[in-house]
Amino acid sequence: MLILTCPYCGVACDETELSAGGEAHLTRHGPGSSDGEFEDYLFMRENPRGVHFERWRHVYGCGKWFHAARSTATLEVFGTYSAQVLIPPDDIRAAVSAKVPGWQWRDLT
Amino acid sequence: MSEAVSALAGATSKGFVDVTEVGLVGMVTVRGDLGDAEFGKAMSAALGVEVPEARRMLVTEGGKLLWMSPDEVLFVCAHAQAEARISTLSEALDGHHHLVANVSDARAVFEVSGTGSAVREALAKLTPADMRPSHLPVGEVRRTRLAQVPAAIWFDDENRATIVCFRSVAGYVFGLLAQASKPGSELGHF
Ligand SMILES: [Zn+2]
Repeated sequence: MLILTCPYCGVACDETELSAGGEAHLTRHGPGSSDGEFEDYLFMRENPRGVHFERWRHVYGCGKWFHAARSTATLEVFGTYSAQVLIPPDDIRAAVSAKVPGWQWRDLT
Repeated sequence: MSEAVSALAGATSKGFVDVTEVGLVGMVTVRGDLGDAEFGKAMSAALGVEVPEARRMLVTEGGKLLWMSPDEVLFVCAHAQAEARISTLSEALDGHHHLVANVSDARAVFEVSGTGSAVREALAKLTPADMRPSHLPVGEVRRTRLAQVPAAIWFDDENRATIVCFRSVAGYVFGLLAQASKPGSELGHF
């Protein structure tokens, strides 16, 4: 069972109170982009065993989207953070590093 | 105007907790930036109560103000008072980006009452939310789900909780609460 704390309302939500939004921090490539970029945006996703960054929505509560950093292998949650950022903030990355030294996710370390 | 009726006409169930459909309740949704001090001041003046902290409920003359999300509160009052409150709020919030809506007849309200930890016990069968008093104290509102539908829960005191759900699922929620409180099905967990 996965419990994520919504950063907007502070509720410790059960996974079943949330809606999963897939991989976090995608760059949208639309009109004017190359075929390769558009394909990456639409289809290419990380599928790590370990550190992962995701989007979730507190659908049975305040309704807000947020981000979560967690391990897909252990279900450990490193932290949740605002939806209004393009990369994980320093404190979240530090929390991941404290538990998983040397982690890498896309071009983030 | 047609005569307003509640979803289940005051249906009741008696078990190890009692469930009552409360009947007509006034509910006014206010949306806007609760982080904006000017917006908060205008809304407080109109309702006569401060803006509640996250997840909290404040009781005032003629109503309760519930924090629902960083940009939403719900004012609960007498059904007949809702329209008057909306006029006051709309006037007070003029000039601020906002929405005020009468959602009274879109909802159903239940009161669940019992002794000891019976109410928390019955609700814990239906929701993944932590029902311990330390995690849902009196005066705090928890939006969650009851089985398969969204609901809001708060405790008015240790022996009495209020449940709000959508009107369209009132019968389903009443059935859930009645089933969860059948005599002999106490879990003794709390
Ligand atoms: Zn939330």
